[in-house]
Amino acid sequence: MRDAGPVLEPLLSVSNLKVAYPIRSSVLRRVVAEKIAVRDVTFTVAPGETVGLVGESGSGKSTVARSVIGLIKPDGGTIEFDGHDITRYSPRQLKAVRRQMQMVFQDPFASLNPRLTVRDLVAEAWRVHPDVVPKGDWTAAARDLMARVGLNPDYSDRYAHQFSGGQRQRIGIARALALRPKLIICDEAVSALDVSVQAQVLNLLQDLQHELGLAYLFISHDLSVIEHLCDRVLVLHHGAVVEEGAVRDIFDHPQHDYTRSLLSAVPVVRPWAVPERAELLV
Amino acid sequence: MNQIRVSEKGSVAMGAPLLSVQNLQVEFRTAAGVARALDGVSFDVRAGETLAVLGESGSGKSVTAQAIMALLPRAIGSIVGGSILYHGIDLAQRPIHEVRKLCATDIAMVFQDPLSSLNPVFRIGYQLAEPFRRRLGMGKKQAWAKALELLKRVGIPDAETRISDFPHQFSGGQRQRIMIAMAIALEPKLLIADEPTTALDATVQKQIMTLLADLQAETGMAMILISHDLGVVAQVAERVAIMYAGRIVESGPIRDTYDYPAHPYTRGLLDSIPNAAGMGRQLTPITGSPPNLLSLPKGCAFNPRCPSVNDLCRAQVPSLRQPEGWAASHSAACHRTGEVLAHA
Repeated sequence: MRDAGPVLEPLLSVSNLKVAYPIRSSVLRRVVAEKIAVRDVTFTVAPGETVGLVGESGSGKSTVARSVIGLIKPDGGTIEFDGHDITRYSPRQLKAVRRQMQMVFQDPFASLNPRLTVRDLVAEAWRVHPDVVPKGDWTAAARDLMARVGLNPDYSDRYAHQFSGGQRQRIGIARALALRPKLIICDEAVSALDVSVQAQVLNLLQDLQHELGLAYLFISHDLSVIEHLCDRVLVLHHGAVVEEGAVRDIFDHPQHDYTRSLLSAVPVVRPWAVPERAELLV
Repeated sequence: MNQIRVSEKGSVAMGAPLLSVQNLQVEFRTAAGVARALDGVSFDVRAGETLAVLGESGSGKSVTAQAIMALLPRAIGSIVGGSILYHGIDLAQRPIHEVRKLCATDIAMVFQDPLSSLNPVFRIGYQLAEPFRRRLGMGKKQAWAKALELLKRVGIPDAETRISDFPHQFSGGQRQRIMIAMAIALEPKLLIADEPTTALDATVQKQIMTLLADLQAETGMAMILISHDLGVVAQVAERVAIMYAGRIVESGPIRDTYDYPAHPYTRGLLDSIPNAAGMGRQLTPITGSPPNLLSLPKGCAFNPRCPSVNDLCRAQVPSLRQPEGWAASHSAACHRTGEVLAHA
């Protein structure tokens, strides 16, 4: 069910994904029921493409992201990455896959080890994958990456707490780039940032995509960010995809009632300039 | 007894501000030095009016609310200058317990995170009835009935049974409705809402904003709406004050301010918002990041990030003034306002 997108082999292809969390009895911890977080979610991400996942809290956006990267075992369906079915991969097998697939989290401070300098934070991935960058080049490579994400390389000996929120998110992005991935999953990566800084990080993500041909799976509850950044978008509601398509189609001609209600709730900066909002003005 | 009981004095004269903040200065003493969190903040709120206070984190918008409500962290934060006039009473000069007493009946506040503001071990009905019992001395039954009335008014479905539930049994949006119910319980003259919808989904956010606007229309209370989101407040606010590094850098009617921003920071904020018109293209963000209040740059605090900076900006702090030939209510604190407007 894809539009005439690029005719490339998909980099990531998720089909009929199902994730359920068990509900356990209070004493014996036996599974008494299950809460289905994600049901029958199918989508693909082509190389260099940005796919958005939108939905309200509890709609299953993060669950999809976490099962794609292997943090959650799916209960059904398959996840294929770069031609390999990684659904049932062991942790050891996943290690090789994760090199190609990195994640940027919402709270950059909580996801950075406070006891490491930026240089060590960026180089941490190379410790796990020693063949990417030879040890002697770590400092130089880390400084390169810092410059690339718009951080002053002279600050490579500083700790995460010495940076502002936007800069910390840049560190998070530098870490994600360290292994030269093909896909970056951004889970609410700009949601905690101030408007002016959010714009800087969005621009950085776009620049990196053009430079490195990255694909993004971009998760956000903020529809204006999704509209700005994404090629295609999936609308999730109660764990199921209610609508999917090119971002322009979805935003201009939403078919599903839920999408319509989501779109009509997006705050408009100048409501007096939009006829259907102007009449609601007090 | 020199208790202040303003609500019995009757209403303010027409046109006079309900709350008038003049040249307010607040300092925080921290281990690293003294931070001036508010520096010369002045604004008026008239009865029945909605003022939006906008700014990024650390700009002083929440500190403004805390100063009015006497909620500044006691050991480190204090008002060091200026006045907060409410009905001719200077809240900045009064002892904290008196201000709190006044705030109980006349000024109310809604906070960002409803879950941490509600007591998890008491039923919602008990917490809603508390102001009636404590402040108005109502009996248990009567207060409970009033609580139920409030719960219905803020649109909690099935209020008769939900009133006996605990806070964790409600969704985020419902909890915020309950907080609003508590805030309007004693029919305040002024409601301060500090980021009331930041933690909520867009659809719920819209409902809460509509609820606030409806309640305001019913009761005629004034509202100070604090937010970092320029879009959220646009539908309900009449006037806006933009804050940066503890100062108001621009204030005016919301339409004038958004359509013809006179301060480069306001312009930058508006340009940073992703919108359909610029889809796929690069955004034009403000360069750099907000300043550290402990080491503010010389002159205008915005000058390191400003596209139209000159030597004057680096030397002298601009005061809030009206751009030439503009409506009396629209003012900006920028040496280069003329140039910024010419860009439009």
